[in-house]
Amino acid sequence: MSVDLNTFLAILAMAVATIATRIGGLVLIRYVTIGENQKRALEAIPPAVLMAVIAPTALVTGPAETIAAAATAVAATRLPLLASVAIGVISVALLRQVFGGAW
Amino acid sequence: MTPLIVAVMPIGLVFGAVAAAKGLTPAEVTLMSALVFAGGSQFVAMDIWTHPASWAALGFSALLVNIRHVLMSASIGAKLEGFSGPARYASMLLLADEIWAMAEMRASNAKLTPAWYAGLAVPFYCAWVLTSLTGAMVGALLGDPKVIGLDFAFPAVFIILVMGFWKGRETGAVLAASACAAVVTHQLLPGVWYIAAGAAAGVVVAMLSGGRKEAHA
Repeated sequence: MSVDLNTFLAILAMAVATIATRIGGLVLIRYVTIGENQKRALEAIPPAVLMAVIAPTALVTGPAETIAAAATAVAATRLPLLASVAIGVISVALLRQVFGGAW
Repeated sequence: MTPLIVAVMPIGLVFGAVAAAKGLTPAEVTLMSALVFAGGSQFVAMDIWTHPASWAALGFSALLVNIRHVLMSASIGAKLEGFSGPARYASMLLLADEIWAMAEMRASNAKLTPAWYAGLAVPFYCAWVLTSLTGAMVGALLGDPKVIGLDFAFPAVFIILVMGFWKGRETGAVLAASACAAVVTHQLLPGVWYIAAGAAAGVVVAMLSGGRKEAHA
């Protein structure tokens, strides 16, 4: 169980950067008042960020990922989280066999 | 919040396995998961990992990948009335995407309490650290995670969370703008600018459609 010094410093730098982003928002709202417009913007952030994170995977990776993403979204409207994840994972694995991956 | 923990376990295992394949020791993998605790940036770090590791490059990429946390903590921070000052900051240290999304959903119909938040975040954190360690040790046995689709567990969880935020046509416009901006940016620019671009596009559309709101279910 050894830790390389350069690796340790890199992990520390990543941790400091991440903690700064996590605390940053709390500090920000102490100085900015939240009006009707700001509230609407803040409410749009959750879905917009999540959509941005998944869009490249869901839309431009390949047909297996796109179809599996759609299947997961449909499953999510009527099944619990874990079952929907399972449907996504299983369907992407099967579809990759069908399409042979690598697009 | 069992489903969330079960969903994070394969991702933790895959991360540990990927990191071990990059030459990190189990101790280093555990340290990173425990101190950074941000899956997206940890996977990106593995993509650009060098020997010896460059703290500047890795620190900067973690900052970019996690810049969305500023928006998240601003958003959820306004809903922590029941938290003392120190508890607010402590809770933000465990603000992962999934924790935040769950907390936002909870906040839309109940008051957030420190006990509820800890009950969600602490087991999730422990599961992430422990499965990373396990993955680092048994990584070789998993084989290629892509073959069994495990790499898709992370996007699948996000898709499900997005569906939970659906409130009608306005949400559709926000999502469409975010998706378009993210895909275009992803094709044109290296790195993780696409997340910032998608977030910005979604927020702009929400502000523009601000005239007519109300009547949400």
